Amino acid sequence: MIELSGIYKVYGTAEASSTVLKDISLQIKEGEFIAIMGPSGSGKSTLLNILGTLDVPSSGKYNFETTDVTALSQDQRSLFRRYVLGFIFQGFNLLKKTTALDNVEMPLIYLGVHAKERKERALQALKSVGLEDRADYEPSKLSGGQQQRVAIARAIVTNPKVLIADEPTGNLDTKRSHEIMQILQEFNKNGITIIMVTHESDIAAYASRVLHVRDGIVEREENNVH
Amino acid sequence: MFINAFIQALREIKRNLMRSLLTAMGIVIGIASVIAMVNIGKGASQSITKSISKLGSNTLFITPGQQHGPGSQSAVAIPFKSKDVEVLKESIITLDAISAVESSSMTALYGDQNYQTSVKGIENDYFKIQDFSFKSGRDFTSNELRSGLKTCILGKTVVDKLFVNGENPIGKKLRLQKFSCEVAGVLNPKGANTFGMDQDDVILVPLNMFLRRVSGNENIHLIMVKVKDNIPLEEATVQIQQLIRENRHLKPQDEDNFSVRNMSALVDTISQITSMLTIMLGAVAAISLIVGGIGIMNIMLVSVTERTREIGIRIAVGAMSQDILIQFLIEAVVLSGLGGLVGVIFGISITMIVSYFMHFTLIIDPTITVVSLLFSMLIGIVFGIIPARKASNMNPIDALRYE
Repeated sequence: MIELSGIYKVYGTAEASSTVLKDISLQIKEGEFIAIMGPSGSGKSTLLNILGTLDVPSSGKYNFETTDVTALSQDQRSLFRRYVLGFIFQGFNLLKKTTALDNVEMPLIYLGVHAKERKERALQALKSVGLEDRADYEPSKLSGGQQQRVAIARAIVTNPKVLIADEPTGNLDTKRSHEIMQILQEFNKNGITIIMVTHESDIAAYASRVLHVRDGIVEREENNVH
Repeated sequence: MFINAFIQALREIKRNLMRSLLTAMGIVIGIASVIAMVNIGKGASQSITKSISKLGSNTLFITPGQQHGPGSQSAVAIPFKSKDVEVLKESIITLDAISAVESSSMTALYGDQNYQTSVKGIENDYFKIQDFSFKSGRDFTSNELRSGLKTCILGKTVVDKLFVNGENPIGKKLRLQKFSCEVAGVLNPKGANTFGMDQDDVILVPLNMFLRRVSGNENIHLIMVKVKDNIPLEEATVQIQQLIRENRHLKPQDEDNFSVRNMSALVDTISQITSMLTIMLGAVAAISLIVGGIGIMNIMLVSVTERTREIGIRIAVGAMSQDILIQFLIEAVVLSGLGGLVGVIFGISITMIVSYFMHFTLIIDPTITVVSLLFSMLIGIVFGIIPARKASNMNPIDALRYE
């Protein structure tokens, strides 16, 4: 489904540049659960951002199914994210003073879904993360684990093909982390491809494949059998 | 998209209610003052025009000297004499009434009351020209007028101030500084004129007595005439001009050293002045609108910075830059538009209150109302575009990392 070949990411000017990603090539099949691990500064976040089309590679090819993602304009990448991707962040990144329901509805607004259907789908998504009774709560009234579950609901409400998760358990304690991972694993079993960055090996253990990134290259990868 | 952006904007305004109210206040004040200024200006000018024409659109004012526009006075102002008035009376048949008028401010005494008022020396035609009628008593007799006997006719305000316990003023003697006079009549009240001057605050005396006792000379500075109803004002004006020129032996190349003006000229001047004032006040108010717009821009910039993360999230879930642009632009327009709406309500209320207390005609100009509303939204667009562009040009990665 996803094919990266020869991806480079260079920051800075010609005189003082730093190469964050060096000639990365990888393939991700539909339904995979990928964990990207690596120390800070290894380039794992940059790789995730490129996969999530929030960032663009300096050179190399990124194909999604039959689409040449590197050829897309900024607005086309927005549309690509809108229809194909879902995002989960370390800091939850929910809208403040906005109810869980409104937070989950937000991506559907950009999909042009009407208010009534939007509410139904958002409630359904909240139900799938076990938070249907917290729909009217604002993020400040929810625990970290609950906030991340709202964020997951927001990510999956558009029925994305791929879920991009940037350290989804980074701000959570161990118990909540495993709850969140179980939810993600459940969605993965239902067919959503997940690409996740983490630096905790027990979190990476939920993935079917772990990519170890160091100094801008995929150093090694391992397959987990569940 | 627009409806959602609109709902979103209202939500955002509600979220920062105090800040939004203060920001919109600039627009509220601006729009309210524009509407109030323009409406009150129009109302005032219309009431002035109306009451002037009520006062007599067929009245001419003949004054010595020549005025070229407000304030400037050229040609030597040689006062008229009684003889000039007589000549006009005898020679021009197009005139219905004619009266010389001399006036001075004096203190009138009666019993232990005293009151400062305007004393005018007039002839009987003055009542006709000014449309005064008698409540009691009579006008001046020809004997009184000719020999300048000490009689006087009082306006209602003067009666109220001097005859405090309601006694009948007729036949009583007033003291007017150096002389005393006997009250012959009392006028029916006419109320305030458009300039707020009380027309009943007056003591009328025979012209000759005024000249003798007050002026101490024969100089006359104002002749008021009423032209017959079926005669065009211009015709009468030309006749009067010719007659006075002859009388004053002016050569053809000399310019008039007097002027004959009518109320319509006065109406023109006044409506010119009021519309100029309206424009000026409106312009000052418009400047406050720009200040209000800058306030909106300022707060929108703050809002964009505060909501950097939100913008990042929205871009991440698939908002295109135009979605973000529209969202913030609509927010600015809703803010300024709501300010404009409240401003219109305030402006109209102010207009109504002022018109009521100042006795102006109440005019609510629909054009200025609609234009103000549209303009307030335009301000939202103009001053919202920079913050909105700033928001829409954000890099999602930086925006998501923003603390």
